[in-house]
Amino acid sequence: MKIALPIDEKDLNNEVSVSFGRAPYYAVYDTETKDVEYIENTAANAKGGAGIKAAQFVVDSGAKVLITPRCGENAADVVSSADIRMYKSEKVSAKENIEKFLEDRLSLLNDIHEGFHGKASN
Amino acid sequence: MKIAVLSGKGGTGKTLVSVNLAYSAENSSYIDCDVEEPNGFLYFKPKKNKTKKINVKMPFVDQEKCIGCRKCVNFCNFNALAYTGKRLLVFEDICHSCGGCTLVCPVGAISEKDKDIGKIEIGESGNVSVFTGILNIGEASGIPVIKGLMREVEKENKDINIIDCPPGSACIVMESINDADYCILVAEPSIFGAHNLEMVYELVTLFKKPLGVILNKYSEGINPSEIFCNENNINILGKIYYSEEIGNLNSEGNILAAEKEEYKKLFSSLLEKIVKEVE
Repeated sequence: MKIALPIDEKDLNNEVSVSFGRAPYYAVYDTETKDVEYIENTAANAKGGAGIKAAQFVVDSGAKVLITPRCGENAADVVSSADIRMYKSEKVSAKENIEKFLEDRLSLLNDIHEGFHGKASN
Repeated sequence: MKIAVLSGKGGTGKTLVSVNLAYSAENSSYIDCDVEEPNGFLYFKPKKNKTKKINVKMPFVDQEKCIGCRKCVNFCNFNALAYTGKRLLVFEDICHSCGGCTLVCPVGAISEKDKDIGKIEIGESGNVSVFTGILNIGEASGIPVIKGLMREVEKENKDINIIDCPPGSACIVMESINDADYCILVAEPSIFGAHNLEMVYELVTLFKKPLGVILNKYSEGINPSEIFCNENNINILGKIYYSEEIGNLNSEGNILAAEKEEYKKLFSSLLEKIVKEVE
């Protein structure tokens, strides 16, 4: 099974990125092979819809689990309709978050925020 | 002739100036482009004779036909589409109705459907045709409503068309001034007012439109907006002195020029000045 996390640098010893849609990379950890793949988020600086694009990267990576501190409404729509489960990350390294998840010690992410996609802006 | 009235912030007197200028002309239109909160009709109390719906195109997906190639997802510059492995999702709030996804789909799985986002009301009040743009609550962009307004104004073909713009200097203001022959910037006598004046001044200059400033709520003493005009050699068209009487008349939905000779003269001479500038 693959687990995806937003991350600021290509290193699992870093903390999970504070943002989902605007994170520079996504780390995808494969629990069977123990391999880590880093996907660059080309939508990190997009004017709008970054969360949707980010969620598309996660879906395309084949991940079944997403560990993130937060997630906007649009991104959550994409992730959940692809049957990816979302867990809330803790303020420890990405590696430790993966370990905690595997030990069943992370909670499901329930508080989906409305997003920062400024409905009033054009 | 199209004359746009702008300001960097709300409450400076755009509507006051627009309504009175339109009223002072012999054959005119008043166009309310402040589609999120139009209020010019409160002064004109027009007899409504036409309502037009404003629709935009939204992608409509035939999930059965979709082969999951993601061509549309990759094409969309606004990231309004996502493919989840089972379904193609459309995010209408983000879509800009460009229609590109329908063109790049190799199997014709995406068509377009109409989405109602607002309306235009057209009415008459004496010699003034009153155009009001209304955007539905919750909609992201009023630009299609402005475009619709301008199309209708074109059909009416009045001599003087006064465009009451939304506040600020965002896309919706640019759309409102796009066809204008002249821009009037209404400014308040405060530091904040001068800052906002500078913003719209930059915008109008960028659009290479001839412009002039009306200093509203004018009083003796330091006026940062007036200082800004003088420093940048900006034409000051006129001053509307602060008065409680104006405030009261205006707040009761009265048109100043219809109430008192003094105001009628003020706005008639302003209009005359602007028309001369354009010609």
